[in-house]
Parts: sequence; C-alpha cells; structure tokens
Amino acid sequence: MTAPVSPSVAPLRAEFGAAVERHLISCGDTIIYVSRERSHDALAWLKDTPGQEFDYLTDVTAVDYRDPERPLEVVYQLRSLARRADLRVKVALDKRRPLEVRSVWDLWKGADWLEREVYDMFGVTFAGHPDLRRILMWDTYAEGFPLRKDFPLRGHFSRAEQTRQALAANPEAHYSLEELSIADAFAELPKDMQERLARGERGFLR
Amino acid sequence: MSLRTVEMALATPGADREGRPIRVPLGVAEPAGGHYDEDFGAEHMLVNIGPQHPATHGVLRLVVELEGETVKRVIPHVGYLHTGFEKLGEYRFYNQIIPLTDRTDYLAPMANNVGLALAVEKLMGIEVTERCRVLRVIACELSRIISHLVWLGTTGIDLGAFTPFLWSFQERERVYNLQEAWTGARLTPSVTRVGGMMADIPEGWEAGLREFIQTFPKTLREVDTMFTRNSIWIGRTQGVGVLTREEAINYSLSGPMLRASGVDYDVRKDRPYLGYDEYDFDVPVGEHGDIYDRYRIRLEEMTQSTRILEQALAKLRPGPINVDDPRVILPPKHRAMSDMEAMIYHFKQVMEGVKPPAGEAYFGIENPKGELGYYFVSDGTAKPVRWRIRPPAFINLSSLPKMCEGALLSDVIAINASVDIVMGEVDR
Repeated sequence: MTAPVSPSVAPLRAEFGAAVERHLISCGDTIIYVSRERSHDALAWLKDTPGQEFDYLTDVTAVDYRDPERPLEVVYQLRSLARRADLRVKVALDKRRPLEVRSVWDLWKGADWLEREVYDMFGVTFAGHPDLRRILMWDTYAEGFPLRKDFPLRGHFSRAEQTRQALAANPEAHYSLEELSIADAFAELPKDMQERLARGERGFLR
Repeated sequence: MSLRTVEMALATPGADREGRPIRVPLGVAEPAGGHYDEDFGAEHMLVNIGPQHPATHGVLRLVVELEGETVKRVIPHVGYLHTGFEKLGEYRFYNQIIPLTDRTDYLAPMANNVGLALAVEKLMGIEVTERCRVLRVIACELSRIISHLVWLGTTGIDLGAFTPFLWSFQERERVYNLQEAWTGARLTPSVTRVGGMMADIPEGWEAGLREFIQTFPKTLREVDTMFTRNSIWIGRTQGVGVLTREEAINYSLSGPMLRASGVDYDVRKDRPYLGYDEYDFDVPVGEHGDIYDRYRIRLEEMTQSTRILEQALAKLRPGPINVDDPRVILPPKHRAMSDMEAMIYHFKQVMEGVKPPAGEAYFGIENPKGELGYYFVSDGTAKPVRWRIRPPAFINLSSLPKMCEGALLSDVIAINASVDIVMGEVDR
C-alpha cells in the first residue's frame, strides 16, 4: 500500500528550493524536513499561502533518537481545517551545535505552551518566544532535560539528593519573576533568588 | 451581547420581558463629587489561587493580577502532577503503555485506551475485527458521557448549583458499574490491546447498557430544565470567557472548546475512525464561543452519545474480538499448551513484546476533552523511541490567560471550569 505524497510538497520545494531537505512517507503521512534557517519562513508560507492554508497547529514536539549521532528533530503537526489536510514538518537539529530554532508563537498562539514544553523536556530554545520558561518541571530544576535519551529514567541526581532539594525548596521561589515584578517584591526576595535575578538567569524585571 | 436563542421566556426573576437576563452592574458606585480618590484602586493586587483549591479541578495554580476586581492578567502554573508518562513509555512494551494511558485523562480512561491501540495499529497496519470496532465505539462514547457528567457536576458546583452534581454523579456511577462488569476495574480499565480488546463484554451486559441508554436521557432533561433557561446560570455564563472563531483556531483548541467558537471540526466526522461514518449522529456547533455555548455543546454531545450507543448495540454481532495475527495477539491458552508453534508465538510475545516496523504514526481521536493524539516513533524494536501524547486539556488550558483578560475574579473560576481540564493529562 503506497500512500500518495501530500500535494504541498511540490509547491514548497518550488518556493524554498534547497531549504526543503527531503520528504518521506510513513504510515500514510507525509513528512517534510526543512532546514533550521528557513523553518519559520516555510511554516509561515504554509500557513498563509492560498491553497495551503495550514491554519491549525495540531502539535509541536521533538524526538531524540537512540542513536546519539542522529540529530534531534523538532516536529510540527499542521492541519488545514478548511481543506481537512494534515502535514508533518520536521526540523533536524545537529546536537553538536546549540539546539535553537525560531519560535512560531507569532504565527500560532497555541505554540506558546507547546514550545515551552519542548524547551522543558528537550532543551531546545525557541528564538522569539516571549516567555520561554520551564512548564512541567519547576523553574529551579537542575537535573537537565528529562526526555533526552542521555537522561536516565530516575534522573541524574540520587534519591537522597532529590529529597534534600525538595525539602529545602523555597516557597518564595514558586512565583515567577514576572509575577514578583507585579507586586514590586524584589526587596523581599530571598537572597539567592535576588542573585539569580541579577545574573539575568531567566525572565526580566520591569 | 447579542440576543440569545433561548426558546422560552425566562420565568425566573432577573430577566426582562424580552427574556434577556438583567445584568446587575458590578463595581463601585460613583461618588457624589463625580470623581474617585486618586489612590483608590491604583495598586495592582496579586492573588494566588491553588494548587490546593477545589475550584481549580486538581492541582492547578493560578496567579491572578487584579486591578480592583478586574483581572489584568492570569499566569497559570502547571506541572504539580507531572509523572513523566512519555518517558516511562519509552521503557515499556506497547501493550504495557495502555495502563499508563488510563492515568492521563483518568475521567475517560477507556477512550484513551482506544486511542493508544489505534495509534499502534496504524503503525503496524492492522485492521481490527468488526465486533472489536463496535465495542471500541461503545467504550469511547461511555467515556464521553462520564467525562461530560463530571464536567457538568463540578462546573455547577463552581457556579453555586449543588443538585445537578448529585444527579450527574449518580448517572456516572451506573456507567462505572458497567465498566466494572466489563473490565473488572472502575477507574483504570485498560480495556484495549493492540489488535483487539482485553475482554469481551460479559453476558447480560448489553441489557444493562440498554437500560442505561433508556433512562439516562431523563436526567439530561432534568439538567436541561435546571440550567438552560436559568437566569443565574445564564448571567454567569453568557458572554463570559469569549473566544472568537479565529482565536480558537489560533490557540489550537479542540473538542467542545473549538466547536463552541463556531468551528465545525470533529475528528469522528472529518477523519472517521472505527467506522464512525456509519453512525447517524449530529455534532453540535456553537456561535458565541462563551461558557454557555460550551455547556450547551457538552449537554448535546451526551444526547448524541446515547444515540450512537443505541446504534452500536444494534450493530453488535457475535464474532471474534481480536485479529487473527500471531504478531500481536496471544494464542489461546489451550493451543499454547498443546501446539509447538503457538507456544513459540506465546513465548515471543510475552518475552519480546509487540514489534512494529520502523516508522512513525500520529493518530488523533475525538476524546471528551478534545483531540487526543498519540504520536509514536518506532525503530523496529519492541519499545517506542518516542511516545508523545497530544494532550487536549493542556492545549485548551493554554488559552486561559487570553479568556480571562478583563474578566472579573469570580469569572476566572467559571472560565477555568469551562475548559474542562483534568490535571493528570495536563501534567502527564
């Protein structure tokens, strides 16, 4: 059983040339690989071009393969609600270089939490995302990125260390910097948090 | 706010002659001098709701920035129930992942099981038997009913109506009894397997389901009487938490949330699976995108689910529930004990697990909360390289800050309830 290639592949190749690296079909779904540099342009083109109209972002996720040489892939599941068509776009990220790709938050607001989750779980940074913080793990989580293949199932730290850190957690640190800036509570912050803030570790203070 | 299409005149106090709810203006009365004290209300207030709060439906935490009683900003914090299901799935055989799916959206576990089995079957190119398809439709629709019942009851409580909660939980209990009779478990049924079902329905079960289908609509009518034309309910829900059609699409909403905003997309209709195209049912679509429309849609979906269940019972014919494929289904015990080949298959499956070919597949189903998608990447071994859950509740919840902008603090509770979140799925 060979499924047809998505009709979006040929126009995308015509528009972006070599930036469309390859395409393949798996279980009937077409998968297009685009280069990291042009990924945002290609996704914006797919969203806005008449005849494509992929106006709905079903999902953003990433895949880290068991082969450590293989690049990490950021996966976008696109859908055109009008045409009832799906398309999967992938961006391969070389692990020897910084894992960074341009955010699609400006195209789809639904990408907000999805990209935060990919950042949280895989350590991929999305340039242009307005609020790239951890989302499922807590802000001070220091063990790394859980869904990477080099992350052990039980975490990097020992059970004793994990318990110690949990018990020593500072309840003040459960507010994001943005929230603390609303309440003008910088002076009341615990010292370690003030220092982290001064180093500009995350967020910004208005 | 435009005039609503509520059919009957509102008899309850708080509505004008044309049937529109009378809104009591909220806020501080203007002082006699005509201007406020300069300092009054200038300072923004930070209110923390949750994670331990009955109205957050689980361990959700909302930090709300208020100006007076008006919400300037809501910053949700999730992850308190994070279990790492996706990571756990990478260390398990495909059939061993099914119990994990019970625990994500634990208000509709059977539908999750079905979604997972369908995703793996797509990866392997397996077509399940006719009886299995009908049983799975029954599982999905029962899940839709119990999930919407929990939503209805808890949302009623959030808005001050206690009685419908008791009605809906009573009905839910009857579905749980059916679920228990079928699978032996109430909350975590794990009812599917790759290529089939864990068990067929027991004798007499169909009669139980038929009785439920016949009596359940009465409760729905009672809820309808209680809520649909109730001016308190209308005043709290109409025009609150509005998302336009464009916003709903842009925020990737799915399920009743998307349809309440007027987008006619239902996976069962637009990408039929399990033979849903052979069933006769309607998909309710809203037009205002507010809490009231979400309520109407969920109420109507329950009625439609009973219609589907009725048709499924009529379609249910005797036959095998599992595919005849030794790669995925264990041979019957008596054959495994007497036949060499069957024993080898049995051994290989138990020890090595189901092995899909290398490749990847995404399969989305219409869950009560929205589109639940499972995305598998396989490298040909018995454990997935990547198991991704597309969590409808998580994505729907991400629109909460947008919906709460400019609302009142009490509306935050109503809006949050209308999303129908389940934290097991949001945090996974």
